[in-house]
Amino acid sequence: MGRYVIRRLLQMVPVFIGTTLLIFVMVYGLGDPVAAMFGDRTPDPATAAQIRHDLHLNDPLWQQYLIYMQHIFKGDFGKASNGQPVTELLGTAFPVTLRLTIMAFVIEAVVGIALGLFAGLRRGRFFDTGVLAMTLLVVSIPTFVTGFVLQYLLGVKWGVVHPSVGEGAPFKDLFIPGLVLAGVSLAYVARLTRTSVAENSRADYLRTAVAKGLPRRRVITNHMLRNSLIPVVTFLGTDIGNLMAGALVTERIFNIHGVGYQIYQGIVHNNPPTVVGFVTVLVIIFLGANLLVDLLYAVLDPRIRYA
Amino acid sequence: MPENTDSVILDSAAAATSGPALIADVDKRDKPRSLWNDAWYDLRRKPVFYISALVILFLIVIAIWPGLIATGDPLQCQLINSLNGPSSGHWFGYDQQGCDVYTRTVYGARASVEVGIFSTVGVAVLGAVLGGLSGYFGGWLDAILSRISDIFFGIPILLGGVVFLSAVKGGSVTTVSTFIILLGWPQLARIARGAVITAKEQDYVLAAKALGAGHGRVLLRHIAPNALAPVIVWSTIALGTFISLEATLSFLGVGLKPPAVSWGIDISSASEQIRNAPHMLLWPAGALSVTVLAFILLGDAVRDALDPKLR
Repeated sequence: MGRYVIRRLLQMVPVFIGTTLLIFVMVYGLGDPVAAMFGDRTPDPATAAQIRHDLHLNDPLWQQYLIYMQHIFKGDFGKASNGQPVTELLGTAFPVTLRLTIMAFVIEAVVGIALGLFAGLRRGRFFDTGVLAMTLLVVSIPTFVTGFVLQYLLGVKWGVVHPSVGEGAPFKDLFIPGLVLAGVSLAYVARLTRTSVAENSRADYLRTAVAKGLPRRRVITNHMLRNSLIPVVTFLGTDIGNLMAGALVTERIFNIHGVGYQIYQGIVHNNPPTVVGFVTVLVIIFLGANLLVDLLYAVLDPRIRYA
Repeated sequence: MPENTDSVILDSAAAATSGPALIADVDKRDKPRSLWNDAWYDLRRKPVFYISALVILFLIVIAIWPGLIATGDPLQCQLINSLNGPSSGHWFGYDQQGCDVYTRTVYGARASVEVGIFSTVGVAVLGAVLGGLSGYFGGWLDAILSRISDIFFGIPILLGGVVFLSAVKGGSVTTVSTFIILLGWPQLARIARGAVITAKEQDYVLAAKALGAGHGRVLLRHIAPNALAPVIVWSTIALGTFISLEATLSFLGVGLKPPAVSWGIDISSASEQIRNAPHMLLWPAGALSVTVLAFILLGDAVRDALDPKLR
């Protein structure tokens, strides 16, 4: 197991370098950061040259990337265009998005697995058909439409919840945004669990468990769920990254000042250090989540042996 | 006696004539159907298939000739009509610029269909070729391609879209589709790779190789037809999600931009007016949802037909 972890960590290194390089090239290679600083005005050539020199923009792109990476490993993510260090922005934005993501993740996992389990156990019945139809509907309506409609109906028209999220993003304000963010993934989790449960309900080990007289609850939790959840765990793990990226839309709708908001501001105000810094951290989280999923496999499925 | 012989002759004649007919009859019933024939046989019995196919067909026709059902011009707007609700002749009402919502919804289909088809075809071709080759040849090619797709996997598609499209300052169907192809192919490549690896171990492939077939022939004649099913199913569903992705990117302001007419742009501007004019949101959002739903349902139906194990 220890050797497997080390091997996986080593495998992550090239992926990390490649992904951050890709983002770096997109932001610094395709756009022009200096022209962006001046907005619509044409910069004074001497000033522009000075800035280019100071920010190492005259070096080849790979050299700029190396310099940037060196700084990152020293904990220096550069400065936003208003002089605020990006680390400071990261410190204020990430806790907020983390809360939103946790909220969405819990809703997605609990509701999704529960719906999928009950639908899978009652295959072809009314509840099952209902879940299938509902998940289809949720998947086909774009997230931002669901978000605006729920915000309008619950927040503005009926006044059940706050239409936008307050200072510090308390969990009670985050319920609706979390639900909106989780929506599509929740539908996938429910369908995945349902298929998996339905497949496993015909398995021999399940018949054995029933035949030897185990109570139904034990059969379902110990035998069926544990085996059915393997594909679901994979999906949930890779979905953490998607949830954080999806926050880009949700945070915009509900005016939450988290990662999505900062990245969006960084893009609108042409602020490459902010964008690259935030995306780099997101990529690290994403890769870490994938590693965690692979390790969880061993717990869920002892058949998978790691050499 | 003569009668007897006669009847014998007649009988044998009858047997002779009915013989082939009988065999043909058996053939018709039990003729071994190929995977594709079988899938088609299955699909023809499904109302869901007809409904979703009809919706998609209608959508494509509207995308090519929007004038068929909408007489107005999506960019000819009267500010005096701004935010007016439904009225006779303009059942869907007007948006903030005083444009007819119905006309804009009809004309908006084109951008969505174009992005959906271009990016799906691009992703399918690139992903199937790269994934297929790496699955078939294995070795260093597989190692390199798998690592590259790992890198693209490391970036959530929505995040990458916002970064990429804001950097290239795109705003056309081409840039959005290019981006989706760039970030979307690894997913299909993985599916195609898995399918090809399964197919290349089969006896019929070994037999073809033993008979001296080259790589090209084995790949095109034996592996491709058998590994194509998951690629087609995934692509159909992906087409719907790509259309939804385009709308999301346009909503965030990095996808298509006005004066382009698209559902994403219309939904985005409707969302700002949701408190005053909810009718603006309904139609473009509804059209988008129905489109995505149609592709998902079609994909589901095709998958059920192609994969008998799931029945």
